[in-house]
Amino acid sequence: METDRIICCGVFEDELLDIWSLLFLESGKDMNRCKLYGKLFLSTFSLSAFTFGGGYVIVPLMKRKFVDRFHWLEEQEMMDLTALAQSCPGAVAVNASIIVGYRVSGILGALVSILGTVLPPLLILSVLSLFYAAFQSDPVVNAVLKGMQSGVAAVIADVVVSMGGQIAKEKSVLSWIILVGSFFASYFLEINVVWILLVCGALGVLQLLFHRKGEGNL
Amino acid sequence: MIYLELFWSFFQIGLFSIGGGYAAMPLIQEQVVQVHPWLSATEFIDLITISQMTPGPIAINSATFVGMRIAGLGGALVATAGCVFPSCILMLILAKLYLRYKNMTAFQGVLKGLRPTVVALIASAGLTILLTALWGEEILSSLRAPDWIAVVLFGISFFVLRRYKVNPIWVMAGSGILGGALYLLL
Repeated sequence: METDRIICCGVFEDELLDIWSLLFLESGKDMNRCKLYGKLFLSTFSLSAFTFGGGYVIVPLMKRKFVDRFHWLEEQEMMDLTALAQSCPGAVAVNASIIVGYRVSGILGALVSILGTVLPPLLILSVLSLFYAAFQSDPVVNAVLKGMQSGVAAVIADVVVSMGGQIAKEKSVLSWIILVGSFFASYFLEINVVWILLVCGALGVLQLLFHRKGEGNL
Repeated sequence: MIYLELFWSFFQIGLFSIGGGYAAMPLIQEQVVQVHPWLSATEFIDLITISQMTPGPIAINSATFVGMRIAGLGGALVATAGCVFPSCILMLILAKLYLRYKNMTAFQGVLKGLRPTVVALIASAGLTILLTALWGEEILSSLRAPDWIAVVLFGISFFVLRRYKVNPIWVMAGSGILGGALYLLL
Protein backbone atom coordinates (compact mmCIF):
# COMPACT_ATOMS: atom_id res chain seq x y z
CA MET A 1 0.00 0.00 0.00
CA GLU A 2 2.83 2.34 0.89
CA THR A 3 4.47 1.56 -2.47
CA ASP A 4 1.28 2.38 -4.39
CA ARG A 5 1.16 5.73 -2.73
CA ILE A 6 4.74 6.51 -3.63
CA ILE A 7 4.18 5.46 -7.24
CA CYS A 8 1.06 7.64 -7.35
CA CYS A 9 2.91 10.69 -6.20
CA GLY A 10 5.71 9.75 -8.60
CA VAL A 11 3.28 10.23 -11.49
CA PHE A 12 1.99 13.43 -10.01
CA GLU A 13 5.55 14.63 -9.58
CA ASP A 14 6.43 14.29 -13.25
CA GLU A 15 3.56 16.62 -14.17
CA LEU A 16 4.66 19.14 -11.55
CA LEU A 17 8.20 18.93 -12.91
CA ASP A 18 6.95 19.76 -16.40
CA ILE A 19 5.19 22.84 -15.06
CA TRP A 20 8.31 23.72 -13.09
CA SER A 21 10.59 23.46 -16.16
CA LEU A 22 8.11 25.46 -18.26
CA LEU A 23 8.29 28.25 -15.69
CA PHE A 24 12.07 28.25 -15.70
CA LEU A 25 12.61 27.54 -19.39
CA GLU A 26 13.50 31.20 -19.96
CA SER A 27 16.54 31.03 -17.72
CA GLY A 28 18.46 28.93 -20.29
CA LYS A 29 21.59 27.41 -18.80
CA ASP A 30 20.26 27.54 -15.24
CA MET A 31 17.39 25.35 -16.28
CA ASN A 32 19.06 22.06 -15.47
CA ARG A 33 19.98 23.25 -12.01
CA CYS A 34 16.52 24.56 -11.34
CA LYS A 35 15.07 21.30 -12.56
CA LEU A 36 17.39 19.38 -10.27
CA TYR A 37 16.34 21.45 -7.23
CA GLY A 38 12.71 21.04 -8.25
CA LYS A 39 13.15 17.30 -8.50
CA LEU A 40 14.97 17.17 -5.15
CA PHE A 41 12.29 19.23 -3.43
CA LEU A 42 9.35 17.32 -4.87
CA SER A 43 10.84 13.92 -4.16
CA THR A 44 11.76 14.70 -0.54
CA PHE A 45 8.39 16.41 -0.06
CA SER A 46 6.41 13.43 -1.33
CA LEU A 47 8.54 10.92 0.59
CA SER A 48 8.01 12.88 3.79
CA ALA A 49 4.29 13.46 3.22
CA PHE A 50 3.41 9.84 2.55
CA THR A 51 5.73 7.96 4.87
CA PHE A 52 4.27 6.87 8.17
CA GLY A 53 6.57 5.32 10.73
CA GLY A 54 9.62 7.61 10.57
CA GLY A 55 13.23 7.07 9.63
CA TYR A 56 13.38 3.32 9.30
CA VAL A 57 10.60 3.30 6.71
CA ILE A 58 11.73 6.35 4.75
CA VAL A 59 15.29 5.15 4.15
CA PRO A 60 14.43 2.17 1.87
CA LEU A 61 11.99 4.39 -0.04
CA MET A 62 14.71 7.00 -0.50
CA LYS A 63 16.99 4.31 -1.82
CA ARG A 64 14.40 3.25 -4.36
CA LYS A 65 13.92 6.82 -5.55
CA PHE A 66 17.47 8.21 -5.50
CA VAL A 67 19.40 5.07 -6.44
CA ASP A 68 17.05 3.01 -8.61
CA ARG A 69 15.01 5.74 -10.25
CA PHE A 70 17.12 8.90 -10.53
CA HIS A 71 20.58 7.23 -10.38
CA TRP A 72 21.91 10.12 -8.28
CA LEU A 73 23.82 7.80 -5.94
CA GLU A 74 25.42 4.36 -6.01
CA GLU A 75 23.81 1.69 -3.87
CA GLN A 76 26.88 1.33 -1.62
CA GLU A 77 27.09 5.09 -1.14
CA MET A 78 23.42 5.23 -0.16
CA MET A 79 24.05 2.53 2.44
CA ASP A 80 27.00 4.44 3.88
CA LEU A 81 25.03 7.67 3.96
CA THR A 82 22.18 5.86 5.71
CA ALA A 83 24.58 4.59 8.36
CA LEU A 84 25.77 8.18 8.84
CA ALA A 85 22.21 9.46 9.11
CA GLN A 86 21.44 6.85 11.76
CA SER A 87 24.60 7.63 13.74
CA CYS A 88 23.97 11.36 13.87
CA PRO A 89 21.68 12.88 16.51
CA GLY A 90 18.28 14.04 15.31
CA ALA A 91 15.51 12.53 13.21
CA VAL A 92 16.82 9.88 10.81
CA ALA A 93 14.54 11.07 7.97
CA VAL A 94 15.85 14.64 8.27
CA ASN A 95 19.48 13.51 8.52
CA ALA A 96 19.14 11.25 5.50
CA SER A 97 17.61 13.96 3.36
CA ILE A 98 20.31 16.48 4.41
CA ILE A 99 23.10 14.14 3.40
CA VAL A 100 21.45 13.03 0.14
CA GLY A 101 20.70 16.64 -0.82
CA TYR A 102 24.29 17.60 -0.03
CA ARG A 103 25.74 14.76 -2.11
CA VAL A 104 23.46 15.56 -5.04
CA SER A 105 23.99 19.31 -5.16
CA GLY A 106 25.94 20.82 -2.26
CA ILE A 107 24.74 23.07 0.56
CA LEU A 108 21.85 24.48 -1.46
CA GLY A 109 20.76 20.94 -2.29
CA ALA A 110 20.82 20.10 1.43
CA LEU A 111 18.67 23.15 2.21
CA VAL A 112 16.19 22.29 -0.54
CA SER A 113 15.78 18.73 0.69
CA ILE A 114 15.45 19.79 4.35
CA LEU A 115 12.67 22.13 3.28
CA GLY A 116 10.99 19.32 1.35
CA THR A 117 11.24 16.96 4.33
CA VAL A 118 10.14 19.37 7.05
CA LEU A 119 7.31 21.13 5.22
CA PRO A 120 4.74 18.26 5.19
CA PRO A 121 4.82 17.57 8.97
CA LEU A 122 4.95 21.33 9.62
CA LEU A 123 1.78 21.92 7.60
CA ILE A 124 -0.08 18.84 8.87
CA LEU A 125 0.72 19.40 12.55
CA SER A 126 -0.04 23.13 12.37
CA VAL A 127 -3.54 22.34 11.16
CA LEU A 128 -3.97 19.48 13.64
CA SER A 129 -2.86 21.60 16.59
CA LEU A 130 -5.59 24.12 15.72
CA PHE A 131 -8.13 21.30 15.54
CA TYR A 132 -6.80 19.88 18.80
CA ALA A 133 -7.20 23.23 20.55
CA ALA A 134 -10.76 23.56 19.19
CA PHE A 135 -11.97 20.01 19.88
CA GLN A 136 -9.96 19.07 22.96
CA SER A 137 -12.96 19.46 25.26
CA ASP A 138 -15.49 17.89 22.91
CA PRO A 139 -16.81 14.75 24.71
CA VAL A 140 -16.51 12.42 21.72
CA VAL A 141 -13.01 13.59 20.73
CA ASN A 142 -12.00 13.43 24.37
CA ALA A 143 -13.24 9.82 24.74
CA VAL A 144 -11.43 8.72 21.56
CA LEU A 145 -8.20 10.43 22.65
CA LYS A 146 -8.50 8.80 26.07
CA GLY A 147 -8.89 5.41 24.40
CA MET A 148 -5.85 6.11 22.22
CA GLN A 149 -3.74 6.89 25.30
CA SER A 150 -3.87 3.21 26.28
CA GLY A 151 -2.99 2.23 22.70
CA VAL A 152 0.03 4.53 22.55
CA ALA A 153 1.18 3.34 25.98
CA ALA A 154 1.05 -0.22 24.61
CA VAL A 155 2.99 0.80 21.49
CA ILE A 156 5.78 2.29 23.62
CA ALA A 157 5.77 -0.72 25.97
CA ASP A 158 6.16 -2.94 22.88
CA VAL A 159 9.09 -0.82 21.63
CA VAL A 160 10.78 -0.99 25.05
CA VAL A 161 10.34 -4.78 25.28
CA SER A 162 11.75 -5.27 21.75
CA MET A 163 14.72 -2.94 22.32
CA GLY A 164 15.35 -4.41 25.77
CA GLY A 165 15.33 -7.90 24.21
CA GLN A 166 18.11 -6.84 21.85
CA ILE A 167 20.19 -5.53 24.76
CA ALA A 168 19.56 -8.81 26.61
CA LYS A 169 20.94 -10.76 23.64
CA GLU A 170 24.32 -9.06 24.09
CA LYS A 171 24.65 -10.82 27.46
CA SER A 172 26.77 -7.94 28.72
CA VAL A 173 26.66 -7.15 32.43
CA LEU A 174 27.84 -3.59 31.79
CA SER A 175 24.90 -2.97 29.40
CA TRP A 176 22.48 -4.06 32.11
CA ILE A 177 24.16 -1.88 34.73
CA ILE A 178 23.96 1.11 32.38
CA LEU A 179 20.33 0.33 31.55
CA VAL A 180 19.17 -0.02 35.15
CA GLY A 181 21.31 2.92 36.31
CA SER A 182 20.00 5.22 33.56
CA PHE A 183 16.42 4.24 34.28
CA PHE A 184 16.85 4.87 38.02
CA ALA A 185 18.54 8.23 37.37
CA SER A 186 15.83 9.35 34.98
CA TYR A 187 12.66 8.00 36.58
CA PHE A 188 13.36 8.17 40.31
CA LEU A 189 16.07 10.82 40.65
CA GLU A 190 14.59 12.90 37.77
CA ILE A 191 18.05 13.84 36.55
CA ASN A 192 18.05 15.75 33.26
CA VAL A 193 18.04 13.36 30.28
CA VAL A 194 20.87 15.29 28.61
CA TRP A 195 23.21 14.71 31.57
CA ILE A 196 22.45 11.00 31.60
CA LEU A 197 23.23 10.76 27.88
CA LEU A 198 26.47 12.74 28.29
CA VAL A 199 27.71 10.62 31.21
CA CYS A 200 26.87 7.34 29.47
CA GLY A 201 28.43 8.59 26.22
CA ALA A 202 31.61 9.41 28.13
CA LEU A 203 31.52 5.90 29.65
CA GLY A 204 31.25 4.50 26.14
CA VAL A 205 34.34 6.47 25.05
CA LEU A 206 36.30 5.27 28.09
CA GLN A 207 35.30 1.68 27.45
CA LEU A 208 36.42 2.03 23.84
CA LEU A 209 39.82 3.51 24.84
CA PHE A 210 40.26 0.75 27.41
CA HIS A 211 39.58 -1.92 24.78
CA ARG A 212 41.98 -0.27 22.32
CA LYS A 213 44.71 -0.25 24.96
CA GLY A 214 44.10 -3.92 25.73
CA GLU A 215 44.40 -4.81 22.06
CA GLY A 216 47.58 -2.74 21.74
CA ASN A 217 49.28 -4.66 24.54
CA LEU A 218 48.65 -8.02 22.94
CA MET B 1 11.74 35.77 24.32
CA ILE B 2 9.34 32.86 24.01
CA TYR B 3 10.74 32.28 20.51
CA LEU B 4 14.23 32.02 21.96
CA GLU B 5 13.04 29.54 24.61
CA LEU B 6 11.29 27.42 21.99
CA PHE B 7 14.34 27.47 19.73
CA TRP B 8 16.70 26.51 22.57
CA SER B 9 14.46 23.72 23.89
CA PHE B 10 14.05 22.10 20.51
CA PHE B 11 17.71 22.69 19.69
CA GLN B 12 18.56 20.50 22.70
CA ILE B 13 16.01 17.90 21.60
CA GLY B 14 17.54 17.83 18.11
CA LEU B 15 21.07 17.68 19.45
CA PHE B 16 20.58 14.88 21.98
CA SER B 17 18.04 12.56 20.37
CA ILE B 18 20.44 9.79 19.47
CA GLY B 19 19.26 6.60 17.83
CA GLY B 20 16.25 7.84 15.90
CA GLY B 21 12.58 7.02 16.33
CA TYR B 22 11.48 7.06 19.93
CA ALA B 23 14.82 8.36 21.24
CA ALA B 24 13.49 11.92 21.02
CA MET B 25 10.49 11.16 23.23
CA PRO B 26 12.14 11.37 26.69
CA LEU B 27 13.84 14.63 25.68
CA ILE B 28 10.60 16.15 24.42
CA GLN B 29 8.82 15.12 27.61
CA GLU B 30 11.56 16.67 29.70
CA GLN B 31 11.53 19.97 27.80
CA VAL B 32 7.83 20.55 27.23
CA VAL B 33 6.31 19.00 30.37
CA GLN B 34 8.95 19.24 33.10
CA VAL B 35 11.31 22.14 32.27
CA HIS B 36 8.62 24.33 30.69
CA PRO B 37 4.91 24.19 31.52
CA TRP B 38 3.97 24.04 27.84
CA LEU B 39 1.91 20.84 27.86
CA SER B 40 0.19 18.82 30.59
CA ALA B 41 1.03 15.11 30.95
CA THR B 42 -2.19 14.19 29.13
CA GLU B 43 -1.59 16.69 26.32
CA PHE B 44 1.88 15.22 25.90
CA ILE B 45 0.40 11.73 25.39
CA ASP B 46 -2.07 13.16 22.88
CA LEU B 47 0.88 14.77 21.08
CA ILE B 48 2.71 11.42 20.89
CA THR B 49 -0.49 9.78 19.63
CA ILE B 50 -0.97 12.44 16.96
CA SER B 51 2.68 12.19 15.84
CA GLN B 52 2.34 8.44 15.52
CA MET B 53 -0.76 8.73 13.36
CA THR B 54 0.70 11.34 10.97
CA PRO B 55 3.75 11.24 8.69
CA GLY B 56 6.99 12.85 9.84
CA PRO B 57 9.46 12.35 12.69
CA ILE B 58 8.21 12.72 16.29
CA ALA B 59 10.63 15.57 17.02
CA ILE B 60 9.52 17.68 14.04
CA ASN B 61 5.85 16.96 14.73
CA SER B 62 6.29 17.95 18.38
CA ALA B 63 8.17 21.12 17.48
CA THR B 64 5.34 22.24 15.23
CA PHE B 65 2.59 21.22 17.65
CA VAL B 66 4.14 22.82 20.73
CA GLY B 67 5.38 25.91 18.85
CA MET B 68 1.93 26.46 17.36
CA ARG B 69 0.20 26.14 20.76
CA ILE B 70 2.63 28.40 22.58
CA ALA B 71 3.32 31.11 20.03
CA GLY B 72 1.36 30.49 16.81
CA LEU B 73 2.84 29.89 13.39
CA GLY B 74 6.00 31.85 14.22
CA GLY B 75 6.52 29.58 17.22
CA ALA B 76 6.06 26.48 15.07
CA LEU B 77 8.64 27.71 12.56
CA VAL B 78 11.17 28.70 15.23
CA ALA B 79 10.81 25.41 17.13
CA THR B 80 11.12 23.35 13.94
CA ALA B 81 14.19 25.33 12.87
CA GLY B 82 15.73 24.73 16.30
CA CYS B 83 15.06 21.03 16.02
CA VAL B 84 16.64 20.69 12.56
CA PHE B 85 19.60 23.03 13.09
CA PRO B 86 21.90 20.62 15.03
CA SER B 87 21.25 17.90 12.42
CA CYS B 88 22.35 20.22 9.60
CA ILE B 89 25.62 21.21 11.26
CA LEU B 90 26.49 17.72 12.55
CA MET B 91 25.55 15.93 9.33
CA LEU B 92 27.73 18.23 7.23
CA ILE B 93 30.69 17.78 9.60
CA LEU B 94 30.17 14.01 9.70
CA ALA B 95 29.92 13.86 5.91
CA LYS B 96 33.25 15.68 5.58
CA LEU B 97 34.91 13.41 8.16
CA TYR B 98 33.45 10.35 6.51
CA LEU B 99 34.67 11.35 3.05
CA ARG B 100 38.14 11.85 4.49
CA TYR B 101 38.50 8.77 6.69
CA LYS B 102 35.82 6.35 5.43
CA ASN B 103 35.84 4.91 8.93
CA MET B 104 33.32 5.47 11.66
CA THR B 105 34.12 2.62 14.07
CA ALA B 106 35.07 4.84 17.03
CA PHE B 107 31.92 6.85 16.61
CA GLN B 108 29.75 3.78 16.22
CA GLY B 109 31.37 2.29 19.33
CA VAL B 110 30.16 5.24 21.39
CA LEU B 111 26.69 4.93 19.89
CA LYS B 112 26.57 1.24 20.69
CA GLY B 113 27.51 2.09 24.27
CA LEU B 114 24.59 4.52 24.39
CA ARG B 115 21.98 1.97 23.34
CA PRO B 116 21.14 0.69 26.86
CA THR B 117 20.79 4.31 28.02
CA VAL B 118 18.44 5.14 25.16
CA VAL B 119 16.28 2.10 25.99
CA ALA B 120 16.23 3.08 29.67
CA LEU B 121 15.21 6.66 28.90
CA ILE B 122 12.43 5.56 26.55
CA ALA B 123 11.28 3.11 29.25
CA SER B 124 11.25 5.90 31.84
CA ALA B 125 9.19 8.24 29.64
CA GLY B 126 7.01 5.29 28.65
CA LEU B 127 6.28 4.41 32.28
CA THR B 128 5.11 7.96 32.95
CA ILE B 129 2.85 7.70 29.89
CA LEU B 130 1.48 4.32 31.02
CA LEU B 131 0.74 5.52 34.57
CA THR B 132 -0.91 8.67 33.24
CA ALA B 133 -3.03 6.60 30.84
CA LEU B 134 -4.12 4.17 33.58
CA TRP B 135 -4.47 6.44 36.61
CA GLY B 136 -4.85 9.95 35.20
CA GLU B 137 -2.63 12.91 35.95
CA GLU B 138 -2.52 12.88 39.76
CA ILE B 139 -0.84 9.47 39.97
CA LEU B 140 1.22 9.88 43.10
CA SER B 141 -1.22 11.91 45.15
CA SER B 142 -3.84 9.16 45.33
CA LEU B 143 -3.71 5.42 45.61
CA ARG B 144 -7.04 4.88 43.96
CA ALA B 145 -7.99 2.07 41.58
CA PRO B 146 -6.88 2.43 37.98
CA ASP B 147 -9.22 3.23 35.10
CA TRP B 148 -10.30 -0.34 34.27
CA ILE B 149 -11.27 0.45 30.68
CA ALA B 150 -7.73 1.81 30.12
CA VAL B 151 -6.21 -1.31 31.72
CA VAL B 152 -8.21 -3.61 29.43
CA LEU B 153 -7.41 -1.53 26.34
CA PHE B 154 -3.72 -1.51 27.22
CA GLY B 155 -3.75 -5.29 27.76
CA ILE B 156 -5.45 -6.00 24.43
CA SER B 157 -3.26 -3.54 22.52
CA PHE B 158 -0.05 -4.90 24.01
CA PHE B 159 -1.07 -8.49 23.31
CA VAL B 160 -2.01 -7.71 19.69
CA LEU B 161 1.27 -5.84 19.12
CA ARG B 162 3.46 -8.58 20.59
CA ARG B 163 1.58 -11.52 19.13
CA TYR B 164 0.64 -10.31 15.64
CA LYS B 165 3.20 -7.53 14.98
CA VAL B 166 0.55 -5.28 13.44
CA ASN B 167 1.24 -1.68 12.42
CA PRO B 168 1.02 0.54 15.56
CA ILE B 169 -1.25 2.96 13.67
CA TRP B 170 -4.00 0.31 13.55
CA VAL B 171 -3.59 -0.51 17.23
CA MET B 172 -3.97 3.14 18.19
CA ALA B 173 -6.91 3.65 15.85
CA GLY B 174 -8.53 0.50 17.26
CA SER B 175 -8.04 1.48 20.88
CA GLY B 176 -9.33 4.97 20.02
CA ILE B 177 -12.54 3.65 18.50
CA LEU B 178 -13.14 0.90 21.08
CA GLY B 179 -12.12 3.14 23.99
CA GLY B 180 -14.15 6.05 22.66
CA ALA B 181 -17.25 3.87 22.46
CA LEU B 182 -16.70 2.40 25.95
CA TYR B 183 -16.03 5.76 27.63
CA LEU B 184 -19.13 7.31 26.02
CA LEU B 185 -21.44 4.39 26.76
CA LEU B 186 -20.33 3.38 30.28
